[in-house]
Amino acid sequence: MTDFERRSIISGIGQSAVGRRLGRTGIDLTIESALAAVADAGLDLTDIDGLASYPGAGIGGEGFTGPGTPEVQDALRLNLNWHSGGLEGAAQIAAVINAVMAVGAGLARHVLVYRTVTESTEQGSGGRAGIGVGSGDAGVATKGIGGPFQWSIPFRAYSAANWLAMSAQRHFHEFGTTPDQLAMIALNARRNAGRNPNAIYRDPMTLADYHASRMISSPFHLFDCDAPVDGSTALVVSRVEHASALDHPAVGVEAMGTALRGRPSWDQFDDMTTMAARDAGAQLWTRTDLTPADVDVAELYDGFSFLTMVWLEALGFCGKGESGPFIEGGGRIALEGELPVNTHGGQHSAGRLHGFGHIHEACVQLRGEGGERQVGGSVEVAAVANGGGPIAGAMLLTRHR
Amino acid sequence: MAEVEADARFRVPPALSDENRSFWTSGAEGTLRFLRCQACGYYLHPPSPRCPNCGGTELVPEGVSGRGTIHSFTVNHQAWDGDDTPYAIVLVEMPEQVGLRLTSNLVGCPLDEVHIGLPVRVVFEHRGDVWFPLFERDEP
Repeated sequence: MTDFERRSIISGIGQSAVGRRLGRTGIDLTIESALAAVADAGLDLTDIDGLASYPGAGIGGEGFTGPGTPEVQDALRLNLNWHSGGLEGAAQIAAVINAVMAVGAGLARHVLVYRTVTESTEQGSGGRAGIGVGSGDAGVATKGIGGPFQWSIPFRAYSAANWLAMSAQRHFHEFGTTPDQLAMIALNARRNAGRNPNAIYRDPMTLADYHASRMISSPFHLFDCDAPVDGSTALVVSRVEHASALDHPAVGVEAMGTALRGRPSWDQFDDMTTMAARDAGAQLWTRTDLTPADVDVAELYDGFSFLTMVWLEALGFCGKGESGPFIEGGGRIALEGELPVNTHGGQHSAGRLHGFGHIHEACVQLRGEGGERQVGGSVEVAAVANGGGPIAGAMLLTRHR
Repeated sequence: MAEVEADARFRVPPALSDENRSFWTSGAEGTLRFLRCQACGYYLHPPSPRCPNCGGTELVPEGVSGRGTIHSFTVNHQAWDGDDTPYAIVLVEMPEQVGLRLTSNLVGCPLDEVHIGLPVRVVFEHRGDVWFPLFERDEP
């Protein structure tokens, strides 16, 4: 147990327009979300002395990466004491975790953190690309692929949809998990999106609709996959002393989970039914006196529906292998249930903001600003998790007092 | 072990290097090979210059039985590479070592008969400089 995390708060949040094929640039969307977050934190751009993002520029298409930190620093003319962008680490949320560490270490007082995607505009009217066969990968198709992807791409396992489908299939095999149970993640997300005016897909979805959606990679249907969008999410991590200056409740940082103890590989991990979430989830609870029973709302990554089930187990909301029965029928994870999950509609129905939509929603719920989708009673503790496969990071956030 | 006719119109090849060539060309002799530590017997996959089990550095490609078991699988329907014919991606675990696995394709097997625990054996699909290790059902 340590007080390191509790030296920081999330003082402000902001989100740009979010939608399908907005046709705006990543930097344009980022400036919109950043200015909103800084204003929400009661700050001016001159107060921002730290900048962090995931994944940073240059490691994939611009639609996936968004603008790098140098571009954002320059566009906003920030004077920085600390800055960081990178793909490797505890999933997308690593950018927030890094910011908390920078503030805790005294390197910065107010860190602007953002994640921007324009994957919908980049994808255009074409299908979703796999690795090695996307429009920008023509060279790979002829010259060959090196590095870790050489063990999957040559076997036409082009996408995390394929890799995680095998993880899910193994879970089905070991624990008797059923397609109807898996469907509850997508159905729950859609139901919640119906109460979120900013969500992308809001029309009701039935179990029959789910099963009628085309198969992508068994057992994953189309509705088990998230929906690419354009949008930017930003937040400000500040020293805890700033909490009293806010005109809204500060979000406290209670604990973080970053561990990775199995082999960092999509197919060599010892336990294919959980992978890295197991380690990050377990570590999180070693850094707080709170327990899973204290959590009021859980925003759990759903790039593919199955990952939310993985996180339910990894964070101890149910036992190992028991996420299927836990979500059976969907009542327990509904807004009015004992553990509301992905209250904004997740990445399935509110759009693939790549982990940061979940972080944003955790803050919204803790601040009581969820409107029609606000979880009843007092939301004091929120769990938020990002990543899947060999990539995982988690945070426990609180309503700061 | 047999070579099989190409089952896919297209495969992204691996970029061959001194580190991975022994794996990707082992099918030329009809044998599936992994790098093996001569000190402790541990199979290294993917290849690496040092045995993570004992620290040994005398590592030699050695053939395995080529038989294995399907640890997990998925039937892919999405036309990632422009081909919309469904195909089976399998995760095969080798009997030689717990956790020694390959992502590959199951060929020559009806897709509705693929299941976890299915015994399989390696077959090679030869394209250019590469012998892709694929798997077929291991008939008794």
